[in-house]
Amino acid sequence: MNTFLTILILFFIVIAIWQIVKIYDLTQVNITTDDSEIANDKDNRINGNLMLGFLVFIYVITIVCFIKYGDFPLMSNSASEHGSKIDNLMMISMALIFFVQTVTQFFLYYFAYKYKGQKGNKALFYSDNHKLEFLWTIIPAIVLTILITYGLVTWSDIMNVDQDEDPIVIELYAQQFNWKARYSGEDNALGKSNVRLIDIDRANILGIDEHDPNAQDDVIATELHLPVGKPVLFKMRSQDVLHSAYMPHFRAQMNCVPGMITQFGFTPTVTTSDMRKTPEMIDKILNINNIRDKKSKALIEKGEEALDSYEFDYLLLCNKICGKSHYNMQMKIVVETQEEFDNWINQQTKFKNSLIAQK
Amino acid sequence: MSEYIEFDPTEDHGHHHKETFITKYIFSQDHKMIAKQYLITGVLFMGILGILMSLLMRLQIAWPEEPNVIFEFLLGKWAPEGVMDADIYLALVTMHGTIMVFFVLTAGLSGTFSNLLIPLQIGARDMASGFLNMISFWLFFVSTVIMVISIFVEAGPAAAGWTIYPPLSALPLAQGGSGLGMTLWLVSMAIFIASSLLGSLNYIVTVINLRTKGMTLTRMPLTIWAFFVTAIIGVISFPVLLSAALLLIMDRSFGTSFFLSDIFIQGEVLHYQGGSPVLFEHLFWFLGHPEVYIVLLPALGIASEVISTNSRKPIFGYKAMILSILAIAFLSTIVWGHHMFISGMNPFLGSVFTFTTLLIAIPSAVKAFNYITTLWKGNIQFNTAMLFSIGFVSTFITGGLTGIILGDSALDINLHDTYFVVAHFHLVMGISALYGLFAGVYHWFPRLFNRMLNKKLGYLHFWVTAVCAYGVFFPMHFIGMAGLPRRYYTNSNFPLFDDLADTNQIITIFALIGGLIQLVFLYNFLYSIFYGKKAEQNPWKSNTLEWTASMKHIHGNWQGKLPEVFRWPYDYSKPGYDEDFVPQNKPMKKGEIEY
Repeated sequence: MNTFLTILILFFIVIAIWQIVKIYDLTQVNITTDDSEIANDKDNRINGNLMLGFLVFIYVITIVCFIKYGDFPLMSNSASEHGSKIDNLMMISMALIFFVQTVTQFFLYYFAYKYKGQKGNKALFYSDNHKLEFLWTIIPAIVLTILITYGLVTWSDIMNVDQDEDPIVIELYAQQFNWKARYSGEDNALGKSNVRLIDIDRANILGIDEHDPNAQDDVIATELHLPVGKPVLFKMRSQDVLHSAYMPHFRAQMNCVPGMITQFGFTPTVTTSDMRKTPEMIDKILNINNIRDKKSKALIEKGEEALDSYEFDYLLLCNKICGKSHYNMQMKIVVETQEEFDNWINQQTKFKNSLIAQK
Repeated sequence: MSEYIEFDPTEDHGHHHKETFITKYIFSQDHKMIAKQYLITGVLFMGILGILMSLLMRLQIAWPEEPNVIFEFLLGKWAPEGVMDADIYLALVTMHGTIMVFFVLTAGLSGTFSNLLIPLQIGARDMASGFLNMISFWLFFVSTVIMVISIFVEAGPAAAGWTIYPPLSALPLAQGGSGLGMTLWLVSMAIFIASSLLGSLNYIVTVINLRTKGMTLTRMPLTIWAFFVTAIIGVISFPVLLSAALLLIMDRSFGTSFFLSDIFIQGEVLHYQGGSPVLFEHLFWFLGHPEVYIVLLPALGIASEVISTNSRKPIFGYKAMILSILAIAFLSTIVWGHHMFISGMNPFLGSVFTFTTLLIAIPSAVKAFNYITTLWKGNIQFNTAMLFSIGFVSTFITGGLTGIILGDSALDINLHDTYFVVAHFHLVMGISALYGLFAGVYHWFPRLFNRMLNKKLGYLHFWVTAVCAYGVFFPMHFIGMAGLPRRYYTNSNFPLFDDLADTNQIITIFALIGGLIQLVFLYNFLYSIFYGKKAEQNPWKSNTLEWTASMKHIHGNWQGKLPEVFRWPYDYSKPGYDEDFVPQNKPMKKGEIEY
């Protein structure tokens, strides 16, 4: 149905354009007064007014976007300790560019409207003003210095992992097209690994060194569980192509690069179940489920299966083009209390027990 | 030198050999004909292809599950029963990026206007080497043909993104498109770079050596400054991409390990060891970022010229404009790392690149403010080129401002590779450069084809395009802030993003209308070449030298002696003159002060 409508719309647009051209051609015949292709006073007047109209259009589209996305779906509810720092910096930058955008676009289009050409008018010969130019070199320079400083402080704050805090070390392992998480176990040290040690027959899928004592208590999982309030240090690996571990709710992202280990650390602050209870999230989920219900109805009419209803979960997405199923490379993240986390990890099989004995 | 200036094509020096169809239209060494060749191949042909691909992608994003007869018709076996294949979506992403960035906005834009305007605006008979110029175009043509052929290979065209990061682009095991399609892509780009280098060298030499008498550096139009600096950036950065492409070819075909290490794919361990994909990223972006300015600077130059001419006012702060072009060019070569904040490189480098990146905002701001001041108290003539130039300043500001966010490493963590980035660079380099391109075509069409474009169709073209450009890319920022990654074939596997689907549909509708309205331009362009109103000499009452040359295209551009230059090109509405323009070849009055 949608396809049909699309094609119909396209068809009408083509027809409309064709007719406009046609009508224009016809009107040409009788106009003899001014057939020059150079703008005359009438053109200047019309386009000058349209300039003002376009300024209004830009403002309207800005306002509409801000109302529709006013709460910045990902900006008011960060779930990590450093997340609020990023959000603050983002808010400040947004406010700044919103201000500059509003003012400069106003001057641009207002001047275009105000000084639209007229026969007999003469422009002002005004080629230089060093004071003005100095002013608008120095003001951006000062503002940017402040922004850069703020940004750099935030950046080094985020990227320098404090080893004294004794973070839990977890490996994120990427392959086309899924994620694995490897927990370092009680010793909090990951066993050595290399893709050359991968032995599918023995179920050593991550290429972990079987003889490394640190590796014995490692745990491999397909869901990422994190205890709330504890710093986590992710060590990232990829076995085939570049991937990017993107955890938008935690304001975290780092590429996974074959041949090297990259890292990113953060502290989750809100458990999954708490996040589900926040008013913004309740609204969002209600909205999404309404949309899904509508789609489901249409699907049922066609005799297909309805969509599942949606429940919020944190996600890890792949955010670096990695091949055919890039669009579906995800892993669920569960943030839970320490107690729940301990329960979960104790149920998992340790690496030394997960290997299949050689025949 | 002096001998060259006195060369007179009307007299028979023996220079005047008979032109055949082949030497005039195909293997032409005349810069004006080569400009037209670039315009037709680079802009029209590749432009249509690139825009069409973007529309297919938009249709897929907006209505991912629905079978679509358009797909079935255009993509054939790649869209069985009208459902697009995921591999082909990535191939479209890749080819759209490659075609638009390199073929349309680098070769098309620079090739057309540098070739047309450099000799004409500095008062030269032709490029320094007409022969190299011809070779440059034909290399470009060959690379175009190879790139187009690569779309049709059995396993599909290159599909690793226009940045072709290895290992994805290096391993046919990782992706069908990394086979023959990728090989052709690399070969095409290597030839393209050779063409671009020959062109750039020619532009640089021409500007340095062939300026006519009186055309000092500080009397050059800003267009020439922009083309000149663009060529310099090209010569500095394109060879680095060539080396990256060659190393990648070696990794792919000869088993070296420059970019590859420790790879296990499809059940086997590959022999590669010791290389690093991050090295490729460095090499790629050492071109990739200056490339943005290779695309943008010519548009800035064109806009400067058009805005000044049509405001009937001198460009405000001419010297500041030159300095900011130079500053942008310099900074552009030391900011590439801002594409790699989260690539795994040392975070300290991230700090350095944040610093240099945000500095670019300063010369950019100077330029934007100078444009706005140029409009102030002008007598603005809304020719179509002027509309596009004002549109250019507008999108340059809107798109540039979000660069302050993305250039900030801390903020980039969360926005990297989301639709926020897509919106940002499409506005600031895509749409802006296209506007510059259109402004150039509308402004210099009389110079190219000796006929005028229809202005009413031009107005229609601009206003619909302008509304659609904002309609497409403004909401896209917000989708990105909601965390939607780019290059996803469909978002339906993430219920989290279901509430963004309607916005995606609105964006697609704007994109379709915006794409279709380009047909009006195409019609206007093709129709006017043959049936447009004949152009008079200097229709826009401009000061620059190209309008003093014969409107009919002749070898050598000027009948008789070359014009001599006495003043800068922006003496519009100068007090003491009746007309509101004073061409550059008009001698100074006694006691008159130059700007």
